[in-house]
Amino acid sequence: MMPFSRAGFSRLWSMVIKEFLQLKRDRLTFAMIVMIPVMQLILFGYAINSDPKHMPTGLLVSDHSEITRTIIQTLEHSDYFDIKGEFADEESARRALEQGDVQFVVNIPAGFTRSLLRGERPALLIEADATDPTATGLALAAVSQIGEYVMRKDLHGPLSYLNSAAPPFEARVHRMYNPESNTHYNIVPGLMGVILTMMMILMTGLAITRERERGTMENLLAMPVTPLEVLTGKIVPYILIGLLQASIILGASHLLFRVPLFGSLVTLYVVSLVFIAANLMVGITISSLARSQLQAMQMTFFFFLPNILLSGFMFPFRGMPVWAQHIGNLLPLTHFNRMIRGIVLKGSGFSSLWPETWPILLFMAVMMLIAVRFYRRTLD
Amino acid sequence: MNSELAIDVRGLTKSFSHKRVVNHVSLQVRRGEIFGFLGPNGSGKTTTIRMMCGLLRPDEGTGTCLGFDIRRESDDIKRSVGYMTQKFSYWEDLTIRENLSFVARMYHMADRDRAVADAIADLGLSERADQLVGTLSGGWKQRLALAACLLHEPKLLLLDEPTAGVDPAARRDFWEELHRLASRGISVLVSTHYMDEAERCHKLAYIFNGNLLANGTSEEIIAAQGLTTWIVRGRNLSALSAKLEQTDGVSQTVLFGTSLHVSGTDPSRLEGILRRETAGTECVIEGAETTIEDVFIFLMHTNGIQTETSA
Repeated sequence: MMPFSRAGFSRLWSMVIKEFLQLKRDRLTFAMIVMIPVMQLILFGYAINSDPKHMPTGLLVSDHSEITRTIIQTLEHSDYFDIKGEFADEESARRALEQGDVQFVVNIPAGFTRSLLRGERPALLIEADATDPTATGLALAAVSQIGEYVMRKDLHGPLSYLNSAAPPFEARVHRMYNPESNTHYNIVPGLMGVILTMMMILMTGLAITRERERGTMENLLAMPVTPLEVLTGKIVPYILIGLLQASIILGASHLLFRVPLFGSLVTLYVVSLVFIAANLMVGITISSLARSQLQAMQMTFFFFLPNILLSGFMFPFRGMPVWAQHIGNLLPLTHFNRMIRGIVLKGSGFSSLWPETWPILLFMAVMMLIAVRFYRRTLD
Repeated sequence: MNSELAIDVRGLTKSFSHKRVVNHVSLQVRRGEIFGFLGPNGSGKTTTIRMMCGLLRPDEGTGTCLGFDIRRESDDIKRSVGYMTQKFSYWEDLTIRENLSFVARMYHMADRDRAVADAIADLGLSERADQLVGTLSGGWKQRLALAACLLHEPKLLLLDEPTAGVDPAARRDFWEELHRLASRGISVLVSTHYMDEAERCHKLAYIFNGNLLANGTSEEIIAAQGLTTWIVRGRNLSALSAKLEQTDGVSQTVLFGTSLHVSGTDPSRLEGILRRETAGTECVIEGAETTIEDVFIFLMHTNGIQTETSA
């Protein structure tokens, strides 16, 4: 038996036509059909690179010689390390690492060359910010080949006696903040930002468009309540919900994934509060632009996609080309990810978090302006 | 400002995307009056009401509502007017009590619990006060909406098609309630497209395609058009109706199942036409009073029926 009779096929076809007609009228859905693949393609194709190179590296050199210069040059030529300069002391090197200004600190101790020439196989110390193991993994693997290269270049002629099977020095890697390269330590705190972004934006976005869609907005507007009162009244419950969600994620990551907490819980909550507020503003902005709950969801998805891909949550931030990093730097999630990793894994305090806090506040202010600009006081 | 007037608006005009929805509408509603605002769907009733209570800014025109300027003092208007939206606009996922409590809080009422309890008792819903509003029938929703917009004791009610989709018995109860309110001095502006409800209003205005076509008591409106109406009874009325429609001297025909209303502006000419057309048939004709419904249909025809657009 045929699955469709002649009449059945005609009915099916009329459904197909109706569906296309409706899609054509629904501009936002139509835009999504076109934009989502293009966005994904560009982001995955160009922006995302899980083999990040050119990572900022600081030097702490206590021994300047021909050989140490070659070592530094070799590091730079590997394309993995961008030498940003030399630190004055260990203290400032540690701070730069903590704030994420550099990903690596290469430490050449005093007496390195002499020790090398004596064949004592001295240690070259590389401190890596290993909060995100995928970002540092391949660079650190490349370090092991440096010895070989240096041997061929400098250790010939009279020095060829050092040119044995074993490398003349040892590259000792110190994985800071996440010594076991546990990816959970990176992903789980990162998830907190992702979950908060999605929930906060979606919930506020829907909360206001729902009033509009069900017609209850007209009733609200007819009552003596100001827009500020409506918006604040809508935000407050979700701030509390956001803090509750943050606590759940934090508790679960500690209990289930054994993620440590080196920083202070107070700092964590303050930072989360700022981040939640920024996302709620996005939700409010979306709800003043969207005409229906479906549109609000579509807009949320539009905003969410670059957040996931460009914030450094899923792929190492430093693996992205500069233009993608610029976009990433606009998103609150990027900064929150850095802050949360800083607090949880590095024990960062407020002072070192400020560089990541103000971009979120700025973002929030811009969103607020847009929201207020588009909030409809009347039904016009 | 005339303190006798609850609503006094002049020249209200509003366009949406270059389409003029309301065109220089002027209305005066006296205090304690039930004012019927009639017109077909999409004629501009809702837009006019929204302009009166500050939900929409008029493009042109001025006016007051309870003495407050509709442009500048919409907050004061909102505090002292009860507005019932066309579409049921209370929260279906809240209970009756929760909805009323919310409204009472919004108007910052002093004795909130008591006002809510009284409103629920008045509704006769004491036993169902904790039922979700979404589960109520259309008639009950409408009664709840009226109770909610009366909660803060407004002096003026703006009701936008409150009886749409409500059964006749509930509609009759609703109108009785409106007259009780009016007798207590509350002014009511009620929009509807049910012609029978027009008869229940003290005064009427008829709006069509954004233009106010008639304004006054129903007797005044009927008299102003100078129509004579005859009723034809018999068989095959639809064929007769079609024929008369094409005849000069007949302004309009309205078919009511077993009777046909035929109206015209020239009494003797109309009678002549009818006698001629019904001669030799089983149809009987008799002179009748022109009703408000005949007049409104006449107004609509003479002003050109345009494609209906939803409000």
